[in-house]
Amino acid sequence: MSVNLTKGQAISLEKKDGATLTAVRMGLGWQAAKRRGLFGSRTREIDLDASAVLFAEKQPVDVVFFRHLVSDDGSVRHTGDNLVGGVGQGGDDESILVDLQRVPVHIDQIVFTVNSFTGQTFQEVQDAFCRLVDETNGQELARYTLAGGGEYTAQIMAKVHRAGSGWTMTALGTPANGRTFQDLMPAILPHL
Amino acid sequence: MTAELVRGQNHPLSQVRLEIRISAGVPVLAGATLGDEHGTVHGAPWVVHPGAPTLPGIEVSGQAATDHRLAVDLAALPEAVHRVSVLLALPERPGGPLRFGAFAAPTTVVTGLDGTGIVRFTLTGLDAESAVVALELYRRQGAWKVRAVGQGYAGGLTALLADQGLPQPGDLAAQIQEAVTRSLARAIPAPPPQHVPDAATPAPMPSYDSPDAHDVPASGGPVDYTHSHRRTHTAPPPPPPTAGPAPDDQPAQPVAGDAVGWSMEERLYNQVWGMFEDLARTTAAYRSAVDFADSRLEKELDQVLSDPRSRLGTAGDVAREAAHARHSQLVDQARAALDRDLAQLTAESEVVEPALPLAYARWDNPVWHGYRAPAEPPLALRLGDLHLPESVSLRIPLLVRLPLERGLWIDSGPVAGPDDTIPDPAELRRLAMEAAVALAARLLAVHPAGEFAVQVIDPAGAGAQALQPLTRAGALVAPPATGAAGVTDVLGRLTRHVDLMQMAIRGGAAESLPPDIDTAQQLLIVNDFPHGFDDRAVTQLRYLADEGPAVGVHLVMVADREDAEAYGPLLDPLWRSLMRLTPVPDDHLADPWVGHAWTYEPSLVPPGSSILQQVLAEVTAARTKRR
Repeated sequence: MSVNLTKGQAISLEKKDGATLTAVRMGLGWQAAKRRGLFGSRTREIDLDASAVLFAEKQPVDVVFFRHLVSDDGSVRHTGDNLVGGVGQGGDDESILVDLQRVPVHIDQIVFTVNSFTGQTFQEVQDAFCRLVDETNGQELARYTLAGGGEYTAQIMAKVHRAGSGWTMTALGTPANGRTFQDLMPAILPHL
Repeated sequence: MTAELVRGQNHPLSQVRLEIRISAGVPVLAGATLGDEHGTVHGAPWVVHPGAPTLPGIEVSGQAATDHRLAVDLAALPEAVHRVSVLLALPERPGGPLRFGAFAAPTTVVTGLDGTGIVRFTLTGLDAESAVVALELYRRQGAWKVRAVGQGYAGGLTALLADQGLPQPGDLAAQIQEAVTRSLARAIPAPPPQHVPDAATPAPMPSYDSPDAHDVPASGGPVDYTHSHRRTHTAPPPPPPTAGPAPDDQPAQPVAGDAVGWSMEERLYNQVWGMFEDLARTTAAYRSAVDFADSRLEKELDQVLSDPRSRLGTAGDVAREAAHARHSQLVDQARAALDRDLAQLTAESEVVEPALPLAYARWDNPVWHGYRAPAEPPLALRLGDLHLPESVSLRIPLLVRLPLERGLWIDSGPVAGPDDTIPDPAELRRLAMEAAVALAARLLAVHPAGEFAVQVIDPAGAGAQALQPLTRAGALVAPPATGAAGVTDVLGRLTRHVDLMQMAIRGGAAESLPPDIDTAQQLLIVNDFPHGFDDRAVTQLRYLADEGPAVGVHLVMVADREDAEAYGPLLDPLWRSLMRLTPVPDDHLADPWVGHAWTYEPSLVPPGSSILQQVLAEVTAARTKRR
């Protein structure tokens, strides 16, 4: 069963039978809000970009985003940039795969962020969500839907961090401003 | 992961309730024979087929179909049954072609009840057969296993059943065929075939069927999209990319060819590159963890030093010890993760290396002993081995696509040896020439007879000793060119060759090439550059390096860059355009993902081995036969 997370809520990424997850996928989906009075050819497209920042004791070590699709160690992979959103009609538009077993041992947190590359604010985005899927069987583990857009251009969606021998996911849902993840660093640090 | 089986390979089955999925390009009937511990099938009641589709523990479909799902419960089979042979046969049709070779290769997948794939086996290479034993499930010491069989019978179901030891196989075969015909009459007619050639319309590529016709260019058809050098003889439509990433709870057992591709050769190529990337990445993970641990240790030690409280008493020592303990704990963890991945890659390498075809195989691979000139050129070539200092014993083949996109430069200049000793310059030159000869021999051997030619420029004759394997076997087009005149002559001819080939390709007039132009691919080995070269020859060499690869003229330079110093920066573009290799292990190659420095080692013939002579003799013999 998928858990609908609220802001700040955390879930442990353990299977019911006690086995730990091996691979998860952070899926991101969004649609441009419908606006009246525009010509069909000018439907405004929104380019949101998902990024994953890998931290070792609060120091950023590696980042996976549309210009660096695979972390150097190969454990975190971005499936590719989607420039318009809404293609999945409720499915994921961008995905980041995390091979939890192969994440380097010193990486203890992975923060997932979303930025509006084209500069529109989240007011113009509808139905944005991020969800965590068990990649081995396609089951959704947790879903976090962005409540009401606001005057900001980025969201720090969630983090996955080590807890004991396993991993825990925490929904963060903090608004921020910036075009790419670099601009978000100051906003991310308080959450580590 | 679904394990990809090759003929004869077996795989343990951990589940007893299975589904066997069969998909074929044409409706087939599926059945199974049950055998006892000696493999004997006790008469017709031990055969499950469309006319008698159910026996305890196994059920097949009552009709012929392109897709089958056979339900098997190994636990429910009678105790006496020790072997289940899954068979496929083409239903009899009046006037229909009764041969598997006319259709896409059938695929069988054994899955668990939840649909997760356990093994997959594609029955390639079938030709005139109309019945085939696809898989065999058998009991071995209480546990069940599956084996990929793929034994076809041109004599059809009758021959297959007779081979299983059944009395009156003809009657049973007729009974099975009749049951299929009956069910066909009941069934809704199938939609017109989309991609399966119908019996009435001849297959679009009939030339594949007759062994002597495959070299005839396809004519009559609108456009021939087939690659003129890549024709398969037996199974024209290659099976679709397989080895899907099906999840599997069991620890993945490495299998050779476990990657995507249209042929085993391509799958192995992709698998080797996959291993290369995995090793690069897992090492990057290890190095970044160790770097992090090192920098953290340094920071913590600095803190201890700058803290005035730690100057007194033992507090400082305790803090220092704690920092070191944290460091070694993280490094140990990182090492454990690396070791786990290395063990997996090593196991994979152990199954992949022996399975490699000629062009990818090391010279000590037994595949060379059974050498015969191949019928088609390979996809790629092994240039040597790569390894990283963290895992010296794990060698990844360095495979490059053929035809070579750029020339090679075997650097005979000073290279620091394994233990920082610089080998003697004369020795290095000899080793470099040996590496070039091994490479040339490999290229000659993996191309079909007469489709690859090697020429040598050895101005001072310094490489004569190393060139002996090639010269003695008569594998060269002409004796190595010596002296300034020889250099001018060979370069002049090759320049003209490239020029004419370019014109012919641009004009689409390959047939109007002068008769003395050999359309085979050419390899030019240049030793001792620039000895014996004048300015004109240097310009010609640069022309060959730039324009040659596109028309099948390749260059291997055996040279020390220092020797050509007199030319100044003039030759820099030439060196840059060549791929640099070294005659001794040297870490100068970077991978495309992380950029580690990999140690390259050429693929040399083991000392004392006569394999090179054997192979080259065979190459020359095949070439003479062809003429």
